[in-house]
Amino acid sequence: MKVLMSGNEAIARGVYEAGVRFAAGYPGTPSTEIMEEFARYEGVYAEWSPNEKVALEVAIGAALAGEKSLACMKHVGVNVAADPLFTVSYTGTNSALVIITADDPSLHSSQNEQDNRNYAKFAKIPMLEPSDVQEAKDFAKLAFAISSQFDTPVFLRSTTRVSHSKAPVTLGDITPYEDKTNISYNAAKFVMVPANARLRRVEVEKRLNALKEFAETFSENKMEMNNPEIGIITAGMSYSYAKDVFPDFSYLKLGMVYPLPEKMIRDFAARVKRIYVIEELDPFLEEQIKAMGIKVIGKEIFPYTLEFDPGIIENAINKYEHATPHPVHKIHSIPHRPPNLCPGCPHRGLFYVLGKLKCFVAGDIGCYTLSYMKPLEGINSCICMGASIGMAHGMSKALKDKGRGKVVGVIGDSTFIHSGIPPLLNMVYNKSNALVIILDNSTTAMTGMQEHPATGFTLLGEETKSLDIKALVAALGIENIRVIDPHHLKTTREIIKEELAKDGPSVIIAERPCVLFKKAKTENKKPFKIDPDKCNGCRVCLGLGCPPISWKKIAKTEGSKKAGYAVIDETYCNGCGLCKQVCKFDAIS
Amino acid sequence: MTHSKTKSILLAGVGGQGILRASDIVCMALIEAGMDVKKSEVHGMAQRGGCVTSHVRYSDKVHAPLSKHGSIDILLAFEKMETLRYLHYLTKDATIIVNADEIYPPAVNLGESDYHPDIVSFLQSNYKIVKEIDATELAKKAGNVKTANVVLLGVLAHHMDIKLSVWEDVIAKAFPEKLRKINLTAFQMGNAA
Repeated sequence: MKVLMSGNEAIARGVYEAGVRFAAGYPGTPSTEIMEEFARYEGVYAEWSPNEKVALEVAIGAALAGEKSLACMKHVGVNVAADPLFTVSYTGTNSALVIITADDPSLHSSQNEQDNRNYAKFAKIPMLEPSDVQEAKDFAKLAFAISSQFDTPVFLRSTTRVSHSKAPVTLGDITPYEDKTNISYNAAKFVMVPANARLRRVEVEKRLNALKEFAETFSENKMEMNNPEIGIITAGMSYSYAKDVFPDFSYLKLGMVYPLPEKMIRDFAARVKRIYVIEELDPFLEEQIKAMGIKVIGKEIFPYTLEFDPGIIENAINKYEHATPHPVHKIHSIPHRPPNLCPGCPHRGLFYVLGKLKCFVAGDIGCYTLSYMKPLEGINSCICMGASIGMAHGMSKALKDKGRGKVVGVIGDSTFIHSGIPPLLNMVYNKSNALVIILDNSTTAMTGMQEHPATGFTLLGEETKSLDIKALVAALGIENIRVIDPHHLKTTREIIKEELAKDGPSVIIAERPCVLFKKAKTENKKPFKIDPDKCNGCRVCLGLGCPPISWKKIAKTEGSKKAGYAVIDETYCNGCGLCKQVCKFDAIS
Repeated sequence: MTHSKTKSILLAGVGGQGILRASDIVCMALIEAGMDVKKSEVHGMAQRGGCVTSHVRYSDKVHAPLSKHGSIDILLAFEKMETLRYLHYLTKDATIIVNADEIYPPAVNLGESDYHPDIVSFLQSNYKIVKEIDATELAKKAGNVKTANVVLLGVLAHHMDIKLSVWEDVIAKAFPEKLRKINLTAFQMGNAA
């Protein structure tokens, strides 16, 4: 039976087919739907952990207890989970453990485009990489089998184009769940003090050698011999792109991108005249193959940056082969359409105020990062999850008196729980003068409304204890705590100014649920209208950057300076009323 | 083995217009019609009011879910100006279906840049088959403004070789009972337009 599935749905299915019933993760595009889909299957335990490090540790614990388990995250999430990652490679996993890294070439929804294949080599962990949706399902299943066979964590690497493409998938049989859980003790294997870890270190090298042998016969490392003039070595989505434009070349398609099957690569190299290595981002395969002493063409013709498509591959090879280049198509220049905060978004009011206060606002990861753009311009930095608070503190310390009342860190509720708590404690401990604003919209909004420890619900939809963010902040030792509704611009401005003026660290919690949040939607608000006669054309409301508000030019009339007026598109207006608050001419009602 | 030439459709518009749902329906109809299909799109941050595209590719065996420049056969644009953003993806004989909807990007709202005038006449002077349709208006007539995406599928169906009964079956399956009739009406209105 064939079912239309996304890559992420297919991965979840493959994990379930493997008889796995345990998963932990943290949301992050393009990985989020894997956990959401897995959680829908019967009899599973799936959780959103507060961050990726915790998620991996939860999965390691389950594996040690004999339960096959999954840890799921986006590429930058692996950075957060890197600490346990490098050492679980030494201990091995007891039961099977698979870690999904969903990479984002082209940074569609990320702050960088790191190539996480490097983690496989760095942590000495095998990695599988599917090239389409069907393989996404099949490889998920294979990853668990390899983990069991070699007592190793296994990476399954997806990319945005695998995770978010859809195709018909042939489903497989579901391995029935077998309860093999028990408590077993093995200090030499699981207590990684130097004496034990030194011994395990040797085991890691032995395991890697065994995996190299395995790679030589692994069913998903395949040669497809056609035209012997040109051979392509590739993996992942690049294989599908290349196959689309060059169906007649010979291929060595690597389903396992680490460790590599050296004998197979040498054999392939002996059978073709010229080899291209096609891979997005880093020359990961290329460098290893060149180190084998095999001549290949790679990054000298293919880009290092951004994702590929069939045309990029076709043009690069055709140019090198002196074939007819693909015609260049004219790209029309039209106004950009960047993503924007939604109409009624609770962040808009806060960043409207912050943008006018001339502070340095250290931002964080979330929808609110979008407010760095015109016209709000309310964010001045964004590095990674949780960075806002530590950076605001560091900047405030470095600036000393020059920074008084001028440094703010802003962070969302889910991001604060993810990695904002230790840096806030640090602000108390090291006597900071910066202000932190926690944007509490009651959900993990940017990735699509995921639960977290302060929402009162689990991934499985069960009610649970809800974290009291204000009480937590107080417990960390913050004495100046204010709670505001960011939709009230005047009080928001006053309270921010008051807290900026104070000595010692302050926290403002800006509370208002995300407009897309199901519970907020029940509020039925009337759209606003602008009276074109009352509107004097000052454009102040346009400074909110609210999508339904636009500018209508008019022909100048004698005795009037008015060049136009603002209009609200009623079908998109959410009735939040921010524009009414900023209008000085009472034109909006 | 030689395969039939892969055909490509690009659905393009603005976040919130129901583009991904519509492209799912196109895929389901193609699968019902016995085709191999692959589609690709981007979710998440890119979607908040920004450009949204979905590539749909089909033949008896499809490899890549993403199309190269100069290869798309049909462009289904949910927003008028978005048409221009993707012309370099089209074959010179491409069919363009363009919704009359205009959604202003921030630079236009702020008065810093103009919404392109005369888009449809520009398209008509450069491409043979250009169909403009006011899908929002027809969706309102069908009874729900949110069915504009399905109205556009009705137009698309006109330019594809899939039986109407297949489309209708797939649309019926894609929506819950209470939205079924209204979406079928929207599809038929688009198809007749």
